[in-house]
Amino acid sequence: MKQFLSFVKKEFLHIWRDKRTLFILLGMPMVQIIIFGFALTNEVKNSQIAVLDQSKDAATVSLIQELNASLYFDVAQQLTSSSEIEAAFRKGKIKMVVVIPQHFGDDLQHNNKASVQLIADASDPNVANTLTNYASAVIMDYQNRITQQAKLPYTIKAEIRMLYNPQLKGAYNFVPGVMAMVLLLVCTMMTAITIVREKEMGTMEIMLVSPMKPQMVVFSKAVPYLLLSVVNIASILLLSTYVLEVPINGSLVLLVGESILFTLVSLSLGLLISSAAGSQQTAMFISLVGMFLPTIMLSGFMFPIENMPLPLRTVSNIVPAKWYYIIVRSVMIKGVGLKDVWKETVILTGMMLFFLTVAVKRFKIRLQ
Amino acid sequence: MKAVSVEHIIKTYPDKKQTITALNDISFEVSKGELFGIIGPDGAGKTSLFRILTTLLLPDSGKATVEGFDTEKDYKAIRKISGYMPGRFSLYQDLSVIENLQFFATIFNTSVEENYDLIKDIYSQIEPFKHRRAGKLSGGMKQKLALSCALIHRPTILFLDEPTTGVDAVSRKEFWEMLKRLKEQGITILVSTPYMDEAGMCDRVALMQSGSILTIDTPEKIVTSFKHTLWGVRANQMYRLLNDLKAMPEVSHAYPSGIYHHVILKNGTEKQLLQQYLEGKGHAELELIQSVPTIEDCFMNLMEHTDA
Repeated sequence: MKQFLSFVKKEFLHIWRDKRTLFILLGMPMVQIIIFGFALTNEVKNSQIAVLDQSKDAATVSLIQELNASLYFDVAQQLTSSSEIEAAFRKGKIKMVVVIPQHFGDDLQHNNKASVQLIADASDPNVANTLTNYASAVIMDYQNRITQQAKLPYTIKAEIRMLYNPQLKGAYNFVPGVMAMVLLLVCTMMTAITIVREKEMGTMEIMLVSPMKPQMVVFSKAVPYLLLSVVNIASILLLSTYVLEVPINGSLVLLVGESILFTLVSLSLGLLISSAAGSQQTAMFISLVGMFLPTIMLSGFMFPIENMPLPLRTVSNIVPAKWYYIIVRSVMIKGVGLKDVWKETVILTGMMLFFLTVAVKRFKIRLQ
Repeated sequence: MKAVSVEHIIKTYPDKKQTITALNDISFEVSKGELFGIIGPDGAGKTSLFRILTTLLLPDSGKATVEGFDTEKDYKAIRKISGYMPGRFSLYQDLSVIENLQFFATIFNTSVEENYDLIKDIYSQIEPFKHRRAGKLSGGMKQKLALSCALIHRPTILFLDEPTTGVDAVSRKEFWEMLKRLKEQGITILVSTPYMDEAGMCDRVALMQSGSILTIDTPEKIVTSFKHTLWGVRANQMYRLLNDLKAMPEVSHAYPSGIYHHVILKNGTEKQLLQQYLEGKGHAELELIQSVPTIEDCFMNLMEHTDA
């Protein structure tokens, strides 16, 4: 035990003495959260929309004025037939088309009920979602205002249609994504690199010719990075709660617990990589190409998995970040408990045990 | 029981096309408390041999024991009793002197205080710099620190792979003095070096070349076994002199050695013949003396014979 503690202390000294790397490791998550945060809070303003008014009566004119008057929309084009909708989207400037059906004013006056269709370009699901929400709100305002003047309530139903990506599953939340990315980078890459560095520097040679158990060498490398990751988890959660105002709807204990589980998965992956890599460059390359890219591409963080072809969807199952991403999104945003994410938790635990076993098995007690 | 016993060890490394034989059927024994030198140029197989003895590599065939423990089966026992100093400086450069020492003491389940008497002699020289980072030490100080770290757990056998390579002449001399004092404490020491002039410091030496042992004996006996008369030749144009010497049919072999070229003549050839030949070639400031053979001369001689 004393040996283990002394080893851990040595690892901390390594990290502490390398101030530049330490700064990057602790600063990176904050910078990422802030960059992603502002990318998201950049509101959709003055978006160009088109209107296909098939009714052309007093009600539609005031509704369109209402839309145009809002900060968010700019009615750039008046369409004359539904066949022009596709062409308008194709040009790329128009983000949304408001289709007002025939007899809109009549329906509203006589039936107290009318409908409007909002067609959005959902190739960028975030923008599409925001725009339709804003438009619905504007229409709702309009409806409330005219209702006050009448005896019976009017109802305008906004029918929303997302073009190109009907399920809108890509509406991502970047906080879970950044958490997965940062933890993976700190744990997998840094652990892999530090172990390989011992090999490169020749210190592993002395370490092997000592009574110290090889597993102990490996595990004591993991401890400082586990602690560093806990600091990172805390700073990401604090920033996202207080700066970006993303609420933590579920249990904080569960969220932190699952994050530590994912950290352990990443650490064991790092240990596995280190057993295969011969140089620091190789270790970094494997970590980046083998882990980092799949995490960005296949975890559902950037691109919705549901829209991928079957082979990629299958491959995404072996990306640990995918499961972690699901867990964080569920716990943090939806606020569910362990009973709803137990399956993902079991998968991550299984992955951790698998990686760890292989890493320890593969650890060489000799140089060759 | 011998401290080290090596029997018919063969070690090869696979390369792209052919395999490289690092150790070619090596056998030798080292007695307890001996200061045993393994001397040979780079690529002779010294490091491979040390790595096999320190259980870091397995031989292709053959058997080796350290203090009676088999290097393959009982590797754990060997790792407890041996101190190892690899050829490259392999301590933590970003840790200070004292931190390195304490770290290695702890992983061997001991403390600096417990074995301070053993390393005092060496460590006291670097103690004034104990808070300096190991990476910032000079070459000689690094070696002293590495030796202290290898000794901190009071090993019964010490493996030092080229400890004096890249160290200045004064530090090299000091280093050998330290080894002699360690030997007095009963520690068996195996040391490798490419410097032939260090052979005299060892109790016995093995001369190695291309994976084979040329000879094993005490340095004195190796020198006395040199049966030829050795001539030292110098002139104003040393390079041309060497070429002329090599071209002479009566010369067995000739090679540069310090300020002279050493020459061994074929049996029955007189000094006068050599002198006349060289004067005939027009060498000025010619000097021809009889030299006392050194280990290096023995090595060159043995090497020529194995090559032939």
